[in-house]
Amino acid sequence: MGLRRVRADLHIHTCLSPCGELTMSPRAVVEAARAAGLDIVAVTDHNTTENAAAVIEAAAGTGLAVLPGIEITTAEEAHILGLFATGADLAPFQAEVFRSLPDIPAKMKYVDDQVLVDAADYVTGFSPRCLFGATLFSVQETVGLIHRHGGLAVACHIDREAFSIVSQLGFIPPDLGLDAVEVSPRMTADEARAAFGPFGSLPVVRFSDAHKPEEIGSAATVFLAASPSLEEIRKALAGADGRRVLAT
Amino acid sequence: MTLSDLANRLELRVHTTGAPLDRPVGGGYASDLLSDVIGHARKDELWVTMQVHPNIVAVAVLKELAGIVLVGGRLPAEETLAKAEQEKIPILGTPLGTFELAGRLYALGIKGS
Repeated sequence: MGLRRVRADLHIHTCLSPCGELTMSPRAVVEAARAAGLDIVAVTDHNTTENAAAVIEAAAGTGLAVLPGIEITTAEEAHILGLFATGADLAPFQAEVFRSLPDIPAKMKYVDDQVLVDAADYVTGFSPRCLFGATLFSVQETVGLIHRHGGLAVACHIDREAFSIVSQLGFIPPDLGLDAVEVSPRMTADEARAAFGPFGSLPVVRFSDAHKPEEIGSAATVFLAASPSLEEIRKALAGADGRRVLAT
Repeated sequence: MTLSDLANRLELRVHTTGAPLDRPVGGGYASDLLSDVIGHARKDELWVTMQVHPNIVAVAVLKELAGIVLVGGRLPAEETLAKAEQEKIPILGTPLGTFELAGRLYALGIKGS
């Protein structure tokens, strides 16, 4: 199979995230992703995968690949991205995450609505859970949980002053088994390596962490891969079979 | 005042068995962001935190801290305890929260910098 450039932004929130704009509907995400020239995106709301299926459905036939994902808040309040294959059954995974979230009501004055939607952008409900809360999983347990369910685990925005594994834990624990570290749009991969690195053999990726449509694709990673899919990205991150990270 | 004195006065539980408790405590630092502790804690200070991750031991070694007190009844992770024994970093614990423990430490003369 021939290899090609696959442009990816694998850290995108929807209106389900308490901090995601209401305008981050499935259709808007797909439209903005295509306008930004992306081949693949991932839907990564805080502690939930529930809106991913709607975005996958909204992208059907457009040529845009969509991975279901999640941004888990660990017990240390570090954010870890979990990326899964399109079509994977994430119900058992999601159940484990929900069991680990604090049982306090989500409705608070300063938190935006957590909106569940379908592929046509219709509101189907509101998440009653405290999605912005921290789970009881340590970073190790979180990486293990993601891997056990077949996903890739990425340490989020390690250059940020909050919710990064570096801000919370001082440095990236060795032997954590991460698949990559993510740098936010604020910094280049080289700047992050110089400031927080060198990260050993861990590949560095850059994604947008978009909370508004116009932020989608504001940072992206180009992979050399056969197709826009989780398995190809897994190979590219591992540098296997000629696949690799081309540019951030 | 040594760690051992503080442990007695404040009824702290000592989780480690081999780490030295006779070291004088030169001050205190309270933070749950390890990057902040790396940046601002000083040598010989006692660190008050709710973090139980093994990285706390590495940070204590790096900053030459006198020891770590885990608040809110939190227990060190198994690997954390093993590392602490290996690195001779005392880990103590209390059911008190950070604010209350810091206040009681301050009242005993353990100050910030």
